[in-house]
Amino acid sequence: MSATYPPTIESTMADPALQLAVYTATGRLIAKRKNAIGGDLLPDFEELRTHANALKRHTIENLDYYLEQVERAVERNGGKTVFCRDGDEVADFVLNLAKERGAKLIVKSKSMTTEEVNLNERLEHHQLEAVETDLGEYIIQLAHERPYHIVAPALHMTRYQVADLFTKKLGVERETVVEKQTMIARATLREKFLAADIGITGANFVVAESGSVVIVENEGNARLTSSAPRIHIAIAGIEKLIPRAQDSAVFLKLLGRSATGQPLTVYTSFISGPRRARDMDGPDEFYLVLLDNGRTKLLADADKRESLYCIRCGACLNHCPVYRKIGGHNYPWVYSGPIGAIITPQFAGVQQDPWLPFASSLCGACAEVCPVKIDIPRILLELRSEVVEGKTREGSNRWELLAFKLWAWVMRRPKLYEAFGMLAASVAPSVESGEAGPRWIRRLPGLMNAGPAKAWTSERDLPPPPERSFRAMWRERTGTVRH
Amino acid sequence: MSRDQLLHKVRTALGRSAGQEPGPPPPVRIRIPQIERTERIAMFRRQLELLAGKTESVRSYSDAAGYVERVLAGRDAVASGSAFLVQCGITALAGVRSGFTSSADLRAACATCAVGITSADYALADTGTLVMLAGPDQARMVSLLPPVHIAILPASRLLTSLDELLSIVPDPAQVTSAMVLITGPSRTADIEQILVRGVHGPGEIYVIILEE
Repeated sequence: MSATYPPTIESTMADPALQLAVYTATGRLIAKRKNAIGGDLLPDFEELRTHANALKRHTIENLDYYLEQVERAVERNGGKTVFCRDGDEVADFVLNLAKERGAKLIVKSKSMTTEEVNLNERLEHHQLEAVETDLGEYIIQLAHERPYHIVAPALHMTRYQVADLFTKKLGVERETVVEKQTMIARATLREKFLAADIGITGANFVVAESGSVVIVENEGNARLTSSAPRIHIAIAGIEKLIPRAQDSAVFLKLLGRSATGQPLTVYTSFISGPRRARDMDGPDEFYLVLLDNGRTKLLADADKRESLYCIRCGACLNHCPVYRKIGGHNYPWVYSGPIGAIITPQFAGVQQDPWLPFASSLCGACAEVCPVKIDIPRILLELRSEVVEGKTREGSNRWELLAFKLWAWVMRRPKLYEAFGMLAASVAPSVESGEAGPRWIRRLPGLMNAGPAKAWTSERDLPPPPERSFRAMWRERTGTVRH
Repeated sequence: MSRDQLLHKVRTALGRSAGQEPGPPPPVRIRIPQIERTERIAMFRRQLELLAGKTESVRSYSDAAGYVERVLAGRDAVASGSAFLVQCGITALAGVRSGFTSSADLRAACATCAVGITSADYALADTGTLVMLAGPDQARMVSLLPPVHIAILPASRLLTSLDELLSIVPDPAQVTSAMVLITGPSRTADIEQILVRGVHGPGEIYVIILEE
């Protein structure tokens, strides 16, 4: 199977600054993770991974039950659950709500799920301002780019590029000191937080039993987004459910360490509905949006549904020799790296970007570090075979398919197989004569080097058949061959 | 509304029928190591200071208030409605505003004051974490909007870990609409992986542990 890779990969690999940025950043994240899980720090790391996998498996296998459970729990908390089939439905929901409430400004905290459905563009199209507030997301929103990395969206940009961007978009004086750049963003975004009508967050986990949304972050922007505006909307894929709040302990211990080497991120919020009667602050309204957007399609494939266990830590990206060379933007969708290579084809269809499952050496580093033990290399192999099968079904290799069918038929019939072997030995040049050198098959006359067969034989070789077959020798030794 | 359609798709994909109960989920996995109080305090302080947080251990209410006064150094502050802060005499300190009855006033104060002062409902020793349960006396904004956050808690509230917290508060939704775990000052490393503190939340954090 040959795959055509996007030509942009070449330019990424020819860009030494970009290569260094990606290599250094991922290298640091590798070291941080290692320092956070080594030895005494977390002796039960492996056990936690196994447990996390079991929890995800259980929840995914019974997802309809937990979806109904979380819907009831959110209602008990005073919020509302909204099920959406795709990005259009998410945008419609937000737009209608904004219209009803007279909302104009939306602040957002980092959410891969909303990236997935291009929510910002859809909202801006309807004259709603939607501002990303995570520093990295804010930068790439200003630059009109996609996140380069699940955890570090602006990993590919230098402070000088950020300086130019801020000058151009915010009209500030050129500033190349990172601390000062950060403070420019703080001041600009603080105004937005205090003026916003709606806050949209993602969710790292959604507790089915209690309707709590668990959000991890380091900056405080998700806390602000979920508590400063009068409406909070949390948007999550349907796979984000976990059964009980206590199960979050297992995942939180894995997530921060796997992503950035932090035992816990700076802020971990458990949000359970809008403010309560006597609370001094917090949103008046809370909505949990649960998005399908193709997830039910993945769910239907029992062999590959474990792709939905992913908790978006980014460890597989950091450890992937391919991601580290080709970077995040050569992947066709918002999810990059090994997890992107298995998720994207399942969402978009394997023939959309047939090269994707092939862009891997199958070294297995991703599976080794995955906190929920997704067997990424196995799924890559399954996807490869789907790509090839798809191609075959399309009819581009009908002759090859026919030849293999014939071959399989012959191989199941030992006597016939032996007859073919003898025939091959009789037409092949003898090894002793020296005529059977490389590519002897191309010197054969007739059908083997003509028509559809030529496409095959011109690129391939076969070892010359021996004068006497194994079967013949075995028969001489024992006097029998069992068929 | 896609609700029924979506649930139907999920059930079809999984080969399940409506109302079908799942088997038992994997057991809850909570492990709580036994750690002495003095060691818990030492561990908490070590962990938070690794993250550039400041900690102090005090023996009396007045020592707590004295420490806060020194940190404030004349700056204005907003204090949460926690009775514990009143007990410590912190709400009586010069420049400390408290006793808000209007949400809007509280928010405006948080947006302008240099320091926010709160109690903490719990703290976790092994990660240097504060645990805040939002409620009538614990507004979300006090520990979030001002650039400096000071928290005071009695040593009896110092737990070993997240696991112990979730054994005491097994379901946060039952007690609060927002439980927040705070582990060190707000930080980012989104530009060239250079660490900057105080990006959106407080860039400085002080924790006072009162050992009665």
